[in-house]
Amino acid sequence: MKKTVSMTINGAPQSHEVEPRLLLVHYIRELAGLTGTHVGCDTSQCGACTVHVNGVAVKSCTLLSVQCDGAQVMTIEGLAKDGKLHPIQEGFWEKHGLQCGFCTPGMIMSAHQMLQRNPRPTEAQIRHDLEGNLCRCTGYHNIVKAIQYAAEKMAGK
Amino acid sequence: MATARVLGASIKRREDPRFITGKGNYTDDLKLAGMTHAVFVRSPHANAKIRKIDTSKASKAPGVVAIFTGKDMAGVNSLPCGWLLPELKIPPHMPLASDAAHYVGDPVAIVIAESQSAASDAAELVAVDWDVQPSVTNTEKAAAKGSVQIHEVAPNNEAFKWQIGDAAATDAAFKAAPVVVKKRIINQRLVANPMEPRACVARYDDSTGDWTLWVTSQNPHVHRLLMTAFVLGIPEHKVRVIAPDVGGAFGSKIFLYNEETVCTWATKQIKRPIRWTSSRREAFQTDAHGRDHVTDAEVAVAKDGKLLGLRVKTTANLGAYLSTFAPAVPTYLYATLLNGVYEWPAIHAEVTGVFTNTTPVDAYRGAGRPEACYLLERMMDAAAAALKMDPVEIRRKNFIPKFDNGYQTKVALSYDSGNYGGALDKLLTMLDYKKFRADQAAARAQGRLMGIGFSTYIEACSIAPSKVVGSLGAQAGLWESGKVQVHPTGKVSVFTGSHSHGQGHETTMAQIVADSLGIPMDDIEIVHGDTGRVPFGMGTYGSRSASVGGTAIVMSLDKIKEKGKKIAAHLLEANPKDMEYVGGNFVVKGSPQKAIPFGQVALTAYVPHNYPEGVEPGLEETSFYDPSNFCFPFGAHACVVEVDPDTGHVKVLRYLAVDDVGNVINPMIVDGMVHGGIAQGVAQALWEEAVYDGDSGQLVSGSMMDYTLPKADMLPFYETDRTETPTPVNPLGVKGAGETGTIASTPAVVNAVVDALSGLGVDHIEAMPMTPERVWKTAQAAKSKK
Repeated sequence: MKKTVSMTINGAPQSHEVEPRLLLVHYIRELAGLTGTHVGCDTSQCGACTVHVNGVAVKSCTLLSVQCDGAQVMTIEGLAKDGKLHPIQEGFWEKHGLQCGFCTPGMIMSAHQMLQRNPRPTEAQIRHDLEGNLCRCTGYHNIVKAIQYAAEKMAGK
Repeated sequence: MATARVLGASIKRREDPRFITGKGNYTDDLKLAGMTHAVFVRSPHANAKIRKIDTSKASKAPGVVAIFTGKDMAGVNSLPCGWLLPELKIPPHMPLASDAAHYVGDPVAIVIAESQSAASDAAELVAVDWDVQPSVTNTEKAAAKGSVQIHEVAPNNEAFKWQIGDAAATDAAFKAAPVVVKKRIINQRLVANPMEPRACVARYDDSTGDWTLWVTSQNPHVHRLLMTAFVLGIPEHKVRVIAPDVGGAFGSKIFLYNEETVCTWATKQIKRPIRWTSSRREAFQTDAHGRDHVTDAEVAVAKDGKLLGLRVKTTANLGAYLSTFAPAVPTYLYATLLNGVYEWPAIHAEVTGVFTNTTPVDAYRGAGRPEACYLLERMMDAAAAALKMDPVEIRRKNFIPKFDNGYQTKVALSYDSGNYGGALDKLLTMLDYKKFRADQAAARAQGRLMGIGFSTYIEACSIAPSKVVGSLGAQAGLWESGKVQVHPTGKVSVFTGSHSHGQGHETTMAQIVADSLGIPMDDIEIVHGDTGRVPFGMGTYGSRSASVGGTAIVMSLDKIKEKGKKIAAHLLEANPKDMEYVGGNFVVKGSPQKAIPFGQVALTAYVPHNYPEGVEPGLEETSFYDPSNFCFPFGAHACVVEVDPDTGHVKVLRYLAVDDVGNVINPMIVDGMVHGGIAQGVAQALWEEAVYDGDSGQLVSGSMMDYTLPKADMLPFYETDRTETPTPVNPLGVKGAGETGTIASTPAVVNAVVDALSGLGVDHIEAMPMTPERVWKTAQAAKSKK
């Protein structure tokens, strides 16, 4: 039996009829048509599907869309404002924090939450806080540098 | 135009804005009108005959559009093997198995439905009557007498027996040798695990008879050729294969797989588009695996450390079927690298390829070269330990001296250029080796187990020339195409047969063009991954894009400039022979005021009112470059580890790398590839392993929960530097950077672990990864022996 699930994604209202088993990530990708949020695994390890639900970074493959009825969701597509990149996005570009780009949206959304909680993380804290996000291309070196860049830039504001 | 040189500059990637804003265009992002969704029914057994597949119940499930089994695919052929060795046994590898399945994950039916969930539900209802047979997954057990026989065509499960080198000279060297060091070396099976799972969208247009296939491919033309000509028997020119943004590959997306083949066939049957996306679990079970060698290696060495001979016997696990390039990996990509960077009087290697009831094995980042490098570098340390020599000293003593143009090895290859001692010198300076040994001694005195490991490696990339690889069994050419299309406004579109799936071609190839033509990067677009737009190309693997693909572009640029000189000379009433191209202008030599800018020549070529006789209008050139030789990057890596004596846990304290990849187009991008390569190689040494349960043939480490991929907090910052020894093989002087890190790093880490335990009397650990359990047990066993 289908259910109507409504939520706001990147400020835009969405309402779709869904099967109760539909995951949030598929709601975002297939129904809202926002394909920047990726699916890289089926065991909630990779973090490529990380989005913010009511301001909290979550793996959107671990939530049913029906659990998010009425929620405020932000995806990677909602991060840049008025065509201006967020400092974390800028950091990933400046510091070559991505290669194939598949893990990148999830990395950026996780880093965003990380810096909200701890604006001046140490290298070890950054590495620890990235435990929910896998990257197979960069060996993490430049991802850590990218987040360090963003932290400095955001603190300077 | 006086600008800073773009070639060799760390220019930020032009592809990044779309990726960091979520606007990438991956296969699974595609949505077509009327699109259906496919799920494959797979064998849950490692070896089983199929008595019957009953789809009647599944066909009636809600939303089901069609279900096909192998029996429905009459006239469809086996997936081909693209590299033939003498007397290679090739079992049929049907897109959908219909008589028997030979590994867990072997697909037997496709269920196509209106939604992904409907397809998944219906797939559960497909009833396969399995006649389960005994199975074998272990390499040595499969090769042993009396083993389960997997394929009729391959007695004793032997796919091939192959050798290289001089057996007689090697035997003689061993007979006379004062010291022989013998070790068993197991190079475990790995799963590539690019973050984007494989996927395809297949669409047939019955009004035109055209197919379009979007697929996660490193080589869309090769995919198309193999699929149309060998398997489906459909016209090549009616199929357009597009590999859009591809989220990593590491070799695993080279091969023609069952799923895209079946979807391409099935879309014509149902006349609707089909999307299939692999789950991660399916990726573990069906993406071609890597490595999986069992080797007995022997080094003959003089008392002063001079190498006398190398004898290698390897059994390579090929999995259940021959994947596209599987036979090449443990032979020509492996044993030809056993010379390493050392002078050897004699080498002989023998390789046996065996079938097992496991996922097919093929090229994974480095493909054969990591196995060779691991063996050699481990054996160098073992030899040093036997002689009580320093691992650095034994390497130095045996390095091939610096050379600029050619060194003939004992195993067929002729190296291009090298300065192996130079890379090691630089590494030792970065490391402060003397100080490390002092620190290590101090740590040992406190009961701490610190170790250092070295790896002085060489690898072969941009495999070539076609004529030679053809004589060795390749069923493909190994050249590359590059087309340069200059538009009337002087903007340039470049079409490369290489494919970027993280390498950054849209940036680096534009750097090549911008440097050559002296025009802004913004005036250049790089087009790749589409058989509908790009001339036939061989794609990206084996670190070939810059050296082979880049050179094809350079050749076309040269032709453009030659033609441009004729046009400019005509406009200036000069002799074309007196023209040169400088900083974006065609100039009369010695008369810099007599110049025509590139853009004006471009416009003239398309508006040829005042135009030289005998010159065709237009400004567009295509080149196909077939290299004269491989390129051979090399370098020296070191890893410093500390082993926890109580738990066996290995911590990487430092990782240092000096790589020589020839000339560098974009240092930032090369460094990035080196970092990622190191992470994968370190991960093989310490964490990753595809484990099969021997009795059931189930892939036990079949998810990201069970297979340890490295995370950020398991790795340090890497300390990287370079030497630059240009290759004489191609005009860019570039060698290849995509695989060096993976090839070099695994032995550096394992050597470090062994060094850390050397005080306990450990001189070797047979198998990887160096899990806490394995390291702890090794330490305990050594202690109890003492």
